[in-house]
Amino acid sequence: MQLIACPWCGEREEIEFHYGGQAHIAYPDDPYALDDEQWAQYVFFRDNPKGPFAERWVHSAGCRRWFNALRDTVTHEFLSVHDNRAERPSRTGTAPAAQHAEGQEAGR
Amino acid sequence: MTVETPARFSPLSGWQDRFAQLPTGLRVRELPFLTQLTLRVEPGSAAAKAVEDCLGIILPGPLRAGSPGDVEVLWTGPDEWLLVAPDGRQDDLLARLRSAIGDDFATVTDVSAQRTTLALSGPLVRTVLAQGCALDLDPRVTPAGSCLTTLLAQAPVTLVVREEEPSGVRLLVRSSFASYLATWLLDACTEYRSDTGGRGWDGR
Repeated sequence: MQLIACPWCGEREEIEFHYGGQAHIAYPDDPYALDDEQWAQYVFFRDNPKGPFAERWVHSAGCRRWFNALRDTVTHEFLSVHDNRAERPSRTGTAPAAQHAEGQEAGR
Repeated sequence: MTVETPARFSPLSGWQDRFAQLPTGLRVRELPFLTQLTLRVEPGSAAAKAVEDCLGIILPGPLRAGSPGDVEVLWTGPDEWLLVAPDGRQDDLLARLRSAIGDDFATVTDVSAQRTTLALSGPLVRTVLAQGCALDLDPRVTPAGSCLTTLLAQAPVTLVVREEEPSGVRLLVRSSFASYLATWLLDACTEYRSDTGGRGWDGR
């Protein structure tokens, strides 16, 4: 089973976690100013990259805290985990898997 | 009109006989009705200091439990602790803590009915728990004073490794999961019910 490193509890099995979708989706400053299409974009539309993806996870069976993680959607490797108050890390991870995935995209 | 007061009962009140059948290397007993308070406070804040002064303790860091005393403090999150005390201390502790915290930002909530506590001891404890727990329970990795909230046989538990009793572990389990966990414990012990007297993971 894959281990996920919770920023507080360390490495735990993935069944202790739940997925929270894409990270860094900001709530609209003025929701009433949005038309239906813009609201639909905010509520439903998410990136679906092949490669590093910033996601929200919650350690629901442990400390029950939300955190952000940068996960490679090709290899499922977690490139980094960080407190959800932190900024999104740069897209180019240092892990070999990230470079490999980007190389694949460039080659297409 | 008579007011009926329901008698309180612990989730594992009828289990003593079955626990007595366990192999000699594992002793299990329920510690019912312990006082449990959830404390939410920002570490390092004035309120945290007030709580520490009030109870004469230090709020332990991640994955640690405070040294057992009158009130045992278990880390359950970066700004959350569980205070465990003997039965019947709820009102006293709540009043003392709330007056100590005053207008600072912290919450103390009585959650005593949420969980029951199982006290496990004996050389087989870590071996048996390892059958349902993915964490490394070796004393080198999980020494005394560790407090791990995790899954044991898919049931959410808080596992506290105690200092004062060798290989003593306390399991805090939700009341509704208690009989399931007790059943699992009995089942996990099946293979140790032999004439070996229950050898531990290290052959002791």
